[in-house]
Amino acid sequence: MTKPAATPEPYTTVIGLEVHVQLQTNTKLFCGCSTKFGAPPNTQVCPVCLGLPGSLPVMNRAAFQLAMKAALALECRIAPFTKWDRKNYFYPDLPKGYQISQFDLPFSSDGWLEVVDPKGAFARKVGIIRVHLEEDAGKSMHDEAAGTADTRIDLNRAGTPLCEIVTQPDLRSPQEARAWLNELKLLLVYLGVSDCNMQEGSLRVDANVNLHIPCPDGSVAKTPIVEIKNMNSFRSVERALIYEAARQYDEWQATGAELGTTPKQTRGWDDPAGVTRAQRHKEESSDYRYFPDPDLVPVTVSEAEIAAVRASMGAPPTVLRTTLAERWKISAYDADVLVNQGREIVAYFEEVATRVGEGKVASNWLQQDVLRTLNERGEAIAAFPIRPDALADLIGRVQQGDFDTSRGREIFAEVLASGRSVADVVASLGIAAVGDDELIALCRELITANPKIVADVQGGKEQAAAGLIGQAKKKNPNVNPAKVRQTCIDLIKAM
Amino acid sequence: MQPAELSAVDLVAAIRQGDLTAVQCTEAFLERVARLDGSINAFLKVDREGALATAAAIDARRKAGKPLGALAGLPVAVKDALCTRDLPTTCASKMLAGFRPPYDADTVARLRAADAVIVGKTNMDEFAMGGSNENSAFGPVKNPWDLARAPGGSSGGSAACVAADMAPVAIGSDTGGSIRQPAGLCGITGLKPTYGRVSRRGLVAFASSLDQIGPMARSAADCALVLETIAGHDPLDSTSLAADVPRYTELLEQPLTGLRIGRVADHYAAGLDPEVKRGVDEAFAVFEAAGATIHEVELPHAKYGVPTYYLIAPCEASSNLARFDGAHYGHRSNPEGSHRAGSGGQAFESPLVEMYCRSRGEGFGPEVKRRIMLGTYALSAGYYDAYYAKALKVRRLIRQDYLDAFERVDLIGGPVSATPAFKLGEKTGDPLAMYLVDLYTVATNLAGVGGISFPCGFTRGGLPVGFQLQGPALAEPLLLRAADRFQRLTDWHLRRPKQIA
Ligand SMILES: [Zn+2]
Repeated sequence: MTKPAATPEPYTTVIGLEVHVQLQTNTKLFCGCSTKFGAPPNTQVCPVCLGLPGSLPVMNRAAFQLAMKAALALECRIAPFTKWDRKNYFYPDLPKGYQISQFDLPFSSDGWLEVVDPKGAFARKVGIIRVHLEEDAGKSMHDEAAGTADTRIDLNRAGTPLCEIVTQPDLRSPQEARAWLNELKLLLVYLGVSDCNMQEGSLRVDANVNLHIPCPDGSVAKTPIVEIKNMNSFRSVERALIYEAARQYDEWQATGAELGTTPKQTRGWDDPAGVTRAQRHKEESSDYRYFPDPDLVPVTVSEAEIAAVRASMGAPPTVLRTTLAERWKISAYDADVLVNQGREIVAYFEEVATRVGEGKVASNWLQQDVLRTLNERGEAIAAFPIRPDALADLIGRVQQGDFDTSRGREIFAEVLASGRSVADVVASLGIAAVGDDELIALCRELITANPKIVADVQGGKEQAAAGLIGQAKKKNPNVNPAKVRQTCIDLIKAM
Repeated sequence: MQPAELSAVDLVAAIRQGDLTAVQCTEAFLERVARLDGSINAFLKVDREGALATAAAIDARRKAGKPLGALAGLPVAVKDALCTRDLPTTCASKMLAGFRPPYDADTVARLRAADAVIVGKTNMDEFAMGGSNENSAFGPVKNPWDLARAPGGSSGGSAACVAADMAPVAIGSDTGGSIRQPAGLCGITGLKPTYGRVSRRGLVAFASSLDQIGPMARSAADCALVLETIAGHDPLDSTSLAADVPRYTELLEQPLTGLRIGRVADHYAAGLDPEVKRGVDEAFAVFEAAGATIHEVELPHAKYGVPTYYLIAPCEASSNLARFDGAHYGHRSNPEGSHRAGSGGQAFESPLVEMYCRSRGEGFGPEVKRRIMLGTYALSAGYYDAYYAKALKVRRLIRQDYLDAFERVDLIGGPVSATPAFKLGEKTGDPLAMYLVDLYTVATNLAGVGGISFPCGFTRGGLPVGFQLQGPALAEPLLLRAADRFQRLTDWHLRRPKQIA
């Protein structure tokens, strides 16, 4: 059912997103328990997050300020007064029988985040309706392996601070949605608000989608809005939206059903099957009986607190792209690639560029060698054995003409494999700068041995000198090919 | 010397001076519990061994010359709504039968730190919902003044155990009158402090915005002694007040000259028992004789107190009690037994929903279910504005009434209950009649201020009549001083029930 990307669709896809992001705090939102991922089940719990009778929540101000950081970076207005509400529903991973959330007075609202395709395919400013803070639920694990179909509950996650970010329906294609999510993730990771790790559940996305279909009579038909859940990567968000748009178009053609004629539907994304499936009606409609949590006092936020949080934010990716391009005279595309790799890569790049004294060559080495290697090794830059000073040393030797770039790459690989320094590797491979006298002697030898090439060069075919480079490398692998070529030409012309 | 005849203040002094050991004191009260509680049912759990061990340790420390806490050796009974680490905490519900919390309520921790001796957990209306103690899953408490009558509720066990001298002091909790009303019906003194004065941490929540823990004792001076220990800021209760705790026991001496006490005409409306009215009138006369002046004040919205309370409290309760679902702790329906229990062939959408329904259906009593349903309904989409939101508005008006009244008077006096203790079973068939037992007390909780109730006379039939004083926020020193002065001028609080003497 997926349609070929090249055919322009006869409709506009209208997408809004709801993103849940776990905040990178040390402790939970309403108790002192650790939020560290991966601990044995039910070891990071206390009476508060277990919902034991008599336990009371106390707000973690650090979590609130981290959420404010995200909201400010999303250009949201911070409410001077906000409160906590209870969202009531029964589920075994929700030990209190309600989730502490924010209903009618979210702590922030009315923001935006723009995503610009570096290749110019689109630029989209997406409105943020609201960002609110709430506590996460625990995890249910359905233990079918035991043969008992028991459900086991891990409450380590219960009470972890969670930001919910709700966008306007401003996105216009599945590709834009994926790109925007990448930009949001980048921003939140840059700010240190969240690690946005979808595998560990620290970022979760639901999408609302429908189609606007221009009709021959000039009117626009709108299909019913569908909420898609259970997408566990940005790629599956894109795939689910592509599938769902096509499905809605087919359904509209078949039934003509339009917005408002049916209640909002929820569909789950089945990743292996590549389809969305309608969820049972029960799972869709709930009356959460929100009301203000009487155990918590309202939160007031001063201008001074907002200013302090703003001051602690650092440059967001959008600003960094511009400053990086200007400071190091690299292209907007290169700056985009580097910034999208995260703050640590940018810092690595800037150190190399500073030592080398040039941005472009540092950027090339970063993109072509460092990033590729990190990808292959599945490693983060922090663990990368070649530190910026070593890479700068290597680049500097290439720039001095000690050896060419391809020889430099061999050295790069050897440094990586052996863990030795650049100087050590250069020495052990017998790579030493070839002196001028040595080079001239070698070239004379080659000229004598290759009368045919000499004749060609003398006849005006300078490119024939390239035939000597391979031979020179065989005799001395350390020679600089460009130098060999030029020296030979000069010697032949002087004959 | 009979420890049971001494006030808490005198007991603490006697133990401190070595005239009485903590063990002797504890044994004396435990002996009364063993002898009397079979007919009163004030205790759900008596911790004889734990209490005697604590008392012995205190005596040993005193002998060794080590410092002792402010309540060293004083036996204290604790309402079963407060969590106690080494004792069951059931809220008088089958839902929590056998539940032992892994921690102490802040109040219990403060009592232990002050070297009080926790003698046991007292009976109550299930989850503090009720005004007669007949809603206990473990049987009603009998009023020591007349065993055929209710002690009031929900802190009925705490009130009855003090009235029968089974403990010199007890801890209660008051959501709509649950300390003051049983204190009044049992002829003892009970203080509901200002909301937030005593930490709610570890108090199993009924209605979080109204619940408040307080002392129940034979006199205001004894209440002052206990409040000094249990009051104070708790950073782990967001609604706890940060204000310093005054030395309540040292603020009792000042005379009442010039004190302005308000009287509310509405308190005298139809339904007020003439014998209660007489007791209340006489109490006002005592205060006048002590130098106070009486002024008529109005609380125009107080008449909406009961309906407002019966929206806000059930709404909060419906959410607070959601955690009792059988999934994590407390009663879980036994799937094998459920066939016998029978559900009339009811179909459940999943085994999980069936477990929830059966566990809650079996674990909760009828009044708790009634209030959960009331609250769930009132918070539902389409009803929220008409019920819960409107109740919050009326609550603000009631709070403003109190602020206005306290511009003109220092305290407001009046009856605690419209009638003396009623017969067991008299109101159980009529929930609305039962809800009216809170008529004079709920507004205090809605306003978040403090109130104290103490005996001001007896009916011809020998039942105690209670008087209530309400004060502005944090006026506990004044409430205690006024009640203490009253008790220096009268001896109602010293009378003991003959039936069990
Ligand atoms: Zn915790």
